[in-house]
Amino acid sequence: MGSIEKIHEMLTTKQCSCAELTKSYLKEIEKSNGELNAYVNVTGDEALKTAAIVDEKIASGEQIGMLEGVPMTLKDNLSTKGIETTCCSKILKGYKPIYNATVWDILSKQNAVMLGKTNMDEFAMGSSCETSCFGGAANPFDTGHVSGGSSGGVASAVGANIAPYGLGSDTGGSIRQPASFCGIVGLKPTYGAVSRYGLIAYASSLDQIGPITKTVEDASIVFDAISKYDDRDSTSKGNVGGDTYSKLNNDIKGSKIGIAREYIDGVRDDVKNAVLNAAKVYESLGAEIVYFDLPALKFALPVYYIIACAEASSNLGRYDGIRYGYKTSHYNGTHDMICRTRSEGFGEEVKRRILLGTYVLSAGYYDAYYKKAQNLRGTIIKAFNNAFENCDIILAPTVPMTAFETGHAVSDPIETYLTDICTVPVNIAGLPGVSIPCGFNAKGMPIGMQLIGKSFNEATILNAAYKYQQAAPENFKDTKWGVKL
Amino acid sequence: MKYELVAGFETHIELATKTKIFCGCTTRFGGEPNSHCCPVCIGLPGTLPKLNRQAVRYAIMAGLATHGEIAKISKMDRKNYCYPDLPKAYQISQLYAPLSIGGYVELSNGRKIRLHHIHIEEDAGKLIHRHGDTYVDYNRGGVPLIEIVSEPDIRSIDEAREYVEKLQQVMRYIGISDCKMQEGSMRCDVNISVRPEGTEKLGTRTEIKNMNSINNIARAMEYEFERQVDLIESGGKVVQETLRYDDATNTTSPMRSKEDAHDYRYFRDPDLVTINVSREEVEEIRASLPELPADKCRRYIDELGIPEKDAQLLTKYRKISEYFDAAREGVKSPKTVSNFIIGQIFRRTETESDKEVFDVSVTPEQLNELVKLLDSGKIRNNLAKSTLEKMLDSGKGALEFISESDMGGLDEETMITLCRQAIEENKKAVEDYRGGKEKALKALLGNVMKNSRGKADAAAAEAKLKEMIG
Repeated sequence: MGSIEKIHEMLTTKQCSCAELTKSYLKEIEKSNGELNAYVNVTGDEALKTAAIVDEKIASGEQIGMLEGVPMTLKDNLSTKGIETTCCSKILKGYKPIYNATVWDILSKQNAVMLGKTNMDEFAMGSSCETSCFGGAANPFDTGHVSGGSSGGVASAVGANIAPYGLGSDTGGSIRQPASFCGIVGLKPTYGAVSRYGLIAYASSLDQIGPITKTVEDASIVFDAISKYDDRDSTSKGNVGGDTYSKLNNDIKGSKIGIAREYIDGVRDDVKNAVLNAAKVYESLGAEIVYFDLPALKFALPVYYIIACAEASSNLGRYDGIRYGYKTSHYNGTHDMICRTRSEGFGEEVKRRILLGTYVLSAGYYDAYYKKAQNLRGTIIKAFNNAFENCDIILAPTVPMTAFETGHAVSDPIETYLTDICTVPVNIAGLPGVSIPCGFNAKGMPIGMQLIGKSFNEATILNAAYKYQQAAPENFKDTKWGVKL
Repeated sequence: MKYELVAGFETHIELATKTKIFCGCTTRFGGEPNSHCCPVCIGLPGTLPKLNRQAVRYAIMAGLATHGEIAKISKMDRKNYCYPDLPKAYQISQLYAPLSIGGYVELSNGRKIRLHHIHIEEDAGKLIHRHGDTYVDYNRGGVPLIEIVSEPDIRSIDEAREYVEKLQQVMRYIGISDCKMQEGSMRCDVNISVRPEGTEKLGTRTEIKNMNSINNIARAMEYEFERQVDLIESGGKVVQETLRYDDATNTTSPMRSKEDAHDYRYFRDPDLVTINVSREEVEEIRASLPELPADKCRRYIDELGIPEKDAQLLTKYRKISEYFDAAREGVKSPKTVSNFIIGQIFRRTETESDKEVFDVSVTPEQLNELVKLLDSGKIRNNLAKSTLEKMLDSGKGALEFISESDMGGLDEETMITLCRQAIEENKKAVEDYRGGKEKALKALLGNVMKNSRGKADAAAAEAKLKEMIG
C-alpha cells in the first residue's frame, strides 16, 4: 500500500484527524528543514485551514476523495494564488501570483493539504538544486550529497517523509533525476498529458508537470488526478491513455522490454549492474529483454541544450522589474533599470542559458544551431518510434551515476550537463518516463532506473514499475527522517 | 535627372473581434488604464496563450478579399524584443508560415499592387509619459492585428493614398475592422526608395513608421522622396534606416531606442499549435463574404446604368450601397434612386464618418415608396424632391406630405387656366420671350409650377406656354 492510500485509510477510519496529521508533518518540517532545506516556504496556516475543512467533512459522515486531506507540496515554479512563487530566483522574490496553476486548481479543489513550496534550481535550470537562490536541498540518504535537480526540494521532502507526495516539473530530467538520487519514484508524463498552465516556463516544448512519490501506486493516483484536458493550454491533450491506477498489477508476461546499448555504455559500473539486475527481475517475471541500438541518442544532449536554452531566453525575457518581482534600487532610465534588474536578479546558471539561447537564435546562427536542432529532434523522435516497433517499454538508467557530493555540480557546469544524457531524450521525444529505485551503490546512495513508454502509455510503464516494486521491495528503502505512518 | 518613387506598405489593422487574440479580455478601445487585462495578456509567469479562432477567420476574410491564397497550415512565431509595452518581451506573430500568401489590391488606373502576405499578430500596450514619468497601459496589449505587407509596387503618392483608401474600404466592407487611423486601428509603415526614371534597380529604402492619417502618409512620403532625391543629387547616399515622421515640422528623423536592435530572434512559439485551415472552411468563408466594393461598383455601372463617378460614391461605404440596394428594390430607374441619395441625402451626411455610418432619418423603404410614386406617374419629379426634403426633416413617409389630389396630375383645362394666369401676371416676360429671349420662358414656367403646387409636368407646361404665346 502506498502512502496516499495509507493516509486515506487513516483518515476515513479515524485513526487520526487531518489536523493532527498535518500538524505532525509541520512539526517534522520544522525539525528537519534547517538541515534539508527542502521547503523554501512553509504554508502551515493554509494547510491547517484545509485540514479543518476535511475534518469537518469526515465528522459529518461525508465521503472523501483519495487525495482529500492528504498533505503534499508543490515545486516553487507552480503558480499558487496569493502564495509567493519564486522559481527560487531573486528576480521573483515577493511575487504572489493572482491565479492558480491548473494542477493546483485541480488538487486544491480536492482539498489537498499543501504544506508549502519546495526548493528547486533557479528557474529549473540545474541538476543539483544548488542554483537555487535559497541554496540547495540536501539528500535525505546523506546530507553531504545533493538531492538532485531541478525538483530537488520535492524529492528531498518526499524522501525525508516531510511530504507524502509532491509535484515537480521535468524539462530534461528534473523529476526523474532527483527521484533517482533520493531513492524514490518520479513520473514525467507524456507531453500534453498534464496542463502546463501556471507552470512558470523554462522550455515550453519540453516542460511537463508530474508527481514525485514514495511508491508507484502514489505516482499513479496523482497522475490520474492531474492529467486532465485544459482549455487554457493549447498543447494539452489530457489523459489520452486513460486511467492508470486500475491497470496496476497487470501481468507483464510476454512484454518486450528493450535496452538500448547506447544507454548502458558509459554509465558507471554500479549503475549499469543495478539496471541489468532489474532486467533479470523482469525476465523472472516473464518479460522478454531485447537489446537494440539507438544511435540517434548521441544528438540528444546538444539538441536539448540548444532548444531548451533558446526557449528559455525568450521565456525569461519578461522579468524586467516593471510589473512584479525584484527591481533594482538605483537606475538611470528604463533601459538601465531593466539591465540592472536582470543582472542582479538572475543567477549565473540562468544567465549562462539565456546567453546560450540568445546566441543560437541570432541572425546568422539560427540555421546552424536552432534549425538543425529542430531537425535532429525529428530524427530522435523517429528513432524512438522505430525502437518501439520491437518493444513495449525501454529500460535505461535514470542518471549515469548516483547523487553528487555537495558543491561538485556547481564547479563544473559542462560535466554536470553531461549527466542529463539519459533523461533528456524522453523530453525531446515527448514520451512518458518513470524513474524508480533499483539498488544502492557501495556508499549506500540510491540508484535509479527509468522505464520509458510510447506516448500516453503511462499505464504500461507504471504497471511495469509496480511489478518491479513488488518483486524488489528492498530497493524502496526508507530514510531516518520525518513522519512514520 | 527625373526620379521615380518606389514604395511598399506594411499596414497594421486591428481586427474587430469581441475578445483579444489570446485571452477573453475585451478589445474595446479606451477604458481605465489596465482595466481590460488578465494574467494572460499582461504575460504573468506561467500563463499560456489560446488562439482566438474568430481572429483567424477575420484574417482569412482579409486574405480572400485581397485575392490571397490561404495557407492550409500556418504557424505562430515569437518576435523577441524588449520594450516596456510588451509584457512578455516577445510579440506573438507570424514569420515563417503566415496565414495568407500573395494577392493584390487593384487601383483605379488598373495597376495591381501585389501583396507579399498577410499575417496575424498581437498588438502591444501603450506608454504614457506624464510628469517626467512613464506609465504603461496594457489595455491594447493582445488586441488582434493583421499586418498586410505589400510588394514595392507603389509608384506615386496618389497611388499610395488610393492603396490605403482601398484597403480601408475593403476591410470595412467585409466588417473585420473599423480601420480608424486616428484611433490607431489602422496604422501604416511605408518603405520608400527612389531611382532614376526608366531604371529597374531598387534604391536603398528607408522605413517611415506608424503613420496615423492618410494626409500624413502623403506629406511624409513627399518629404522623404525629396530628401532622398536631394541627397543623391548632391552626391550622398541613402542610408537604410527607420524614420519617424513629425507632422508639426513635416520632417522625418531617424528613430532611436526600440529599433536599435534589429535581431528579433524569431522562432516558432512552442505554446501554440499549428493552425489548420481546411479547404471547406476557406470556401465557406469565401461564400459568406459580401460583394466587394470593386465588383459592386462595376455591376452598378454595367447593369444599372449608374454613371461611374456616382457608382463609386454609392460603393465607397458598405452602408450606403446597402441603403441604395434596399431603396431601389423594384423601381424602374435605379439612377433616380441614386440621384436622390447623392443629390439630397448626401447633403445631410456631410462628413466621411457620417457617410460611413449612414444613419439617415428616411428609411430605404420610405425612399422606395417615394420613387415608386414617381415611377407610376402619380407625382412629378419636383414634388418628389421637395417631399424628400420634408421626409428628411421629419422622418415621416411620403404619404404624410402628398394628398390624393396631388397625385392626380393636371387635367388639360387646369393646365390652360394656369398658363393663362402666368401669362397675364408676367407681361414683361412674355414680351421678352417674343423679342427672342428664350430664357424668359423660365419665369413663366416657374409661375405655373408654383401655382400647380408641383403637380404640373414641367415639359408639358413648357410646351403649352410656347403654344399659347408663340
